[in-house]
Amino acid sequence: MRIKAEHLSYVYNASSPFATHALNDISLTIEEGEFFGILGHTGSGKSTFVQHLNGLLRVPSSLKKYKPKKLKKGETPPPPTVLQVGAFDLTDKKTDFRELRSRVGMVFQYPEYQLFAETVAQDVAFGLKNFSKEKLTDEAVEKAVRAALEVVGLSYDELKDTSPFDLSGGQKRRVAIAGVIVTRPDVLVLDEPAAGLDPLGKREIMQLLHRLHEEWCKTVVIVSHDMDEIAENCTRAAVFSEGTVKFVLPPSELFRHSEELIALGLDIPLTAKLCLALEKRGVTVDCDFTTEDFIRRTLALNA
Amino acid sequence: MLKDVTFGQYYPVQSFVHRMDPRLKIVFLIAFIAAIFLAKNFYGLAACAFVFLLALAFSGVPVRKVLRSVKGILFILLFTTILNALFYNGETVYWSWWIIRITKEGLIFTAFLLVRLFLLVMCSSLLTYTTTPVALTDGIESLLTPLKWIRFPVHELALIMSIALRFIPILMDETERIMNAQKARGADFETGGLAKRVRAIVPILIPLLLSAFRCADELGDAMEARCYMGSKNRTKYKKLRFGWRDLIGFLLIAALVTGVVLMGIYLGAVI
Amino acid sequence: MKAIEFKNVSFSYGSGTFALKNIDFAVEEGEFVAVLGHNGSGKSTLARLSNGLLEADGGEVCVFGLPVSERKNLFEIRKNVGIVFQNPDNQMVASIVEDDIAFGAENIGVPREEIGERISFALGAVGMEEYRHATPTRLSGGQKQRIAIAGVLAIRPKVMILDESTAMLDPRGRREVMQVVSRLNKEEGMTVVLITHFMEEALMADRAVVMNRGAIVMEGAPAEIFERHEELETYNLALPRIGYICNRLREGGMAVEDTLDVNKLAEEIAQCVSKRNI
Repeated sequence: MRIKAEHLSYVYNASSPFATHALNDISLTIEEGEFFGILGHTGSGKSTFVQHLNGLLRVPSSLKKYKPKKLKKGETPPPPTVLQVGAFDLTDKKTDFRELRSRVGMVFQYPEYQLFAETVAQDVAFGLKNFSKEKLTDEAVEKAVRAALEVVGLSYDELKDTSPFDLSGGQKRRVAIAGVIVTRPDVLVLDEPAAGLDPLGKREIMQLLHRLHEEWCKTVVIVSHDMDEIAENCTRAAVFSEGTVKFVLPPSELFRHSEELIALGLDIPLTAKLCLALEKRGVTVDCDFTTEDFIRRTLALNA
Repeated sequence: MLKDVTFGQYYPVQSFVHRMDPRLKIVFLIAFIAAIFLAKNFYGLAACAFVFLLALAFSGVPVRKVLRSVKGILFILLFTTILNALFYNGETVYWSWWIIRITKEGLIFTAFLLVRLFLLVMCSSLLTYTTTPVALTDGIESLLTPLKWIRFPVHELALIMSIALRFIPILMDETERIMNAQKARGADFETGGLAKRVRAIVPILIPLLLSAFRCADELGDAMEARCYMGSKNRTKYKKLRFGWRDLIGFLLIAALVTGVVLMGIYLGAVI
Repeated sequence: MKAIEFKNVSFSYGSGTFALKNIDFAVEEGEFVAVLGHNGSGKSTLARLSNGLLEADGGEVCVFGLPVSERKNLFEIRKNVGIVFQNPDNQMVASIVEDDIAFGAENIGVPREEIGERISFALGAVGMEEYRHATPTRLSGGQKQRIAIAGVLAIRPKVMILDESTAMLDPRGRREVMQVVSRLNKEEGMTVVLITHFMEEALMADRAVVMNRGAIVMEGAPAEIFERHEELETYNLALPRIGYICNRLREGGMAVEDTLDVNKLAEEIAQCVSKRNI
């Protein structure tokens, strides 16, 4: 499913003195099949944007009580907001937002803290049962839960009756992810999927996301602070700052703007730092900012 | 964002009333309420209203904010008004039918009651608009200090209140996060009968409780690591101090209470 | 003088497996020691044993010569050993920054006038003076952790233990905290024990200790330890990306030395390349 946003704005506490523009007329398209990165500080608007994608936050015109504002004479109407996820029109009141949620999976930060059921199998099945329109047979549930657990690298037979609270931190996070992907969503959005993990855990989670991208969900969107993560993994990335989108580029081009990113108070990947430092010393390494490409091109200079 | 809802309803400006000592503001409120109930006639109530309007004018809080606080008890107000207006046993009857009697005394009494309730609610809300929850806690602790003599755990109570104030926004945030996460997994909190809605709370309640326990556990460790061993030999950094604003407030309230009592004696009583 | 000393210490959380097993470990006064290990290696247990939040099952833990196992020493020990924990939210008691920093100082009975001075000092030390009257909910993770450090500083301890205090922060917050910690050690002579799983942070330390399954398995200068990267991998510790790049460049025939410093590596690469071009 293709994600398309145009002229999207969002204001928190609209009618109070604390009104804040979380999103200010942004436009952004994420193509089907991408492994897309979203960058920016806390408060840059990235979480607000992401929460629109499965209808946790809504465009005003999609709400039941919405009435269009009357225009004063001579006033030109603002450009219409577009927000589409595949065939779902998120600006329309008639859209089935429940159905949308089952197609757009969302993994929040520290997802292990939302586990609640007595057993791993029950927890993973929660979303599946919620979304299914008719009552599922036990076999159908078992089949789906087994597949979801196995794709995140856990054994159904070993863990199905275990309490999720008895698992290790890394396992809990995997179970939580399984609980989201169990409906086989087309789009999977993850907010800081590797937060708080040690380097090895980080590496494993990123490998898992690639596996999911290949076998399970066509489009993967990750929100991250970790520039190395973005540089190594993403097809394209959008940089959010103060409610607007500053760049939408593949990492190989994005990190050519290193100085501008630093000026926005963002980090840059290690490879970009090395390229900058080398540039100062008169050496140009023309790489796509992945570690492997950097090594290859640097060695080529030496040959 | 839930965390932006300030606990209580503090209105963040710097004004005369904001800068008054929280202990005195609590005492003043009690004295003011006493004055409202001591008032026996409309002159007394008018004096109370005057003092309230004065306080409102020097508080920097918009009038509509204060009026909004009445909205919460509007139903009770309406209910008592109707009840009193219809059933009060007065002598000058304007209109009557079956057990309903609308009398002059009844109408006066109802008006009196209404003004009292309005003043009571609006003045209490003025305290919470002009005093941060933290300052209120400090004020209450300080006022309760004499209770230490009867071994009442004043310090512990105040610490519990202050920690609660600190963690309410954090847990609200956490609740919102968990709710969003479960909504994303298709949980439905809005539709269905009572039984279904109660069941729908479980996926929120359990993670929230676990989260609260984790908070408590970690906070306990952090407090112990920072040498917390109860109130013994503990000093206190913040000490409340009276200023000239408090003196003015004190004089005003004292005048009000005396005035109201005198007016009650010399100008006749409505009730 | 030894600030912290573990003599043959064992500890178990009661499930039969040892969280720590026969540990010998010491930190000298003024030293900056990094304790590395993957999650569950026992490194956090080490912190809690050092100030009596946990009690050793076997062996003895001493702080400036005082045994932690004696209850009467606890107050004195906690005055000397401050801990900054992992979660920035769950270690603040008050809703206003200065009240929170005052908490520890109040607990140890510092007179009121001096508490004010200590708050100023502590806020200055972490570069947060302008946030004295702020509420913590509005601060970033890195700022909250700096406040937590200030709260510990107000007690004026001689030792500061950071128990994965950067694990939940974004890169910027992590940098902020590490700058503060490093300055405290270099300029104020604070003894620092940094418990972390980020090897880059360990580089700032005088000495690094690697833990695995409740035992100390490697010890030495950080740079020395990073050279033994194959061994590190067996303890589930990944080499920082820059170390990996050094290794791969060397394998590819480029004469670069092991370093975790971006500018140093760039310099070495530039030299290699310019030699080729002559």
